[in-house]
Amino acid sequence: MPYPESLVAPMRAEMTQMGATELRTVADVDAAIGSSAGTTLVFVNSVCGCAAGNARPAMKMALGHGVLPDRTVTVFAGQDLDAVARARSYLGEFQPSSPSIALLRDGEVVHFVHRHQIEGRSPQAIAADLTKAFDAHCSNSVGA
Amino acid sequence: MSGHVFHPGHHDLHGITVVLETATALWVGRFDSVTPKGVLLHDAGCYEDGVTAGTREEYLQKTLKFGVRATTKNKLIPEGEVRGMRQLAEVAG
Repeated sequence: MPYPESLVAPMRAEMTQMGATELRTVADVDAAIGSSAGTTLVFVNSVCGCAAGNARPAMKMALGHGVLPDRTVTVFAGQDLDAVARARSYLGEFQPSSPSIALLRDGEVVHFVHRHQIEGRSPQAIAADLTKAFDAHCSNSVGA
Repeated sequence: MSGHVFHPGHHDLHGITVVLETATALWVGRFDSVTPKGVLLHDAGCYEDGVTAGTREEYLQKTLKFGVRATTKNKLIPEGEVRGMRQLAEVAG
């Protein structure tokens, strides 16, 4: 059962304020992920304070890196059920967990951060993992 | 909102993905709590000796790469059957 919207709104805002586009419907997901060339970072948001409480700050740190994906999008697990299910349909063999982070290039998953790779880790460590993936797979140099 | 925890006062492993071994199976799931009836895991996947293809190690390596293929929403494992438990992240080294 979804949490009250008033409770999750700050968590949604945390993501959009760092530049992520929130996808709340199947149509949103298809438009953003379905036919995207280039690189797309997909953040599966969660109310879980144990893990998402570190994942969101990690995303903010990573998005300050000099090399970034072409676009960053987010869906909210447990809240926008249809949109999340659709987003996960683009992630191939990778199993659903939340929070989690996927980097896609031309529609293929090239890097995945599972929930178990977020639990107990600092935002700095998670962000370092992400920026390493950006350097390896992305070509969008900020300010270049 | 970052760092806000909705479930304070729980076991240290609450919310952590663990690997739990019994004599005949290996479970991977999100630890909830230890209840009088056993260890409660959520969204758990299972490797059963002699039933699941491959070895326990192969199952763990696949889980590390692709995530937990959950087959059970809530799994209660009697404490007496537990041979060992560790965080999945520790398996990766």
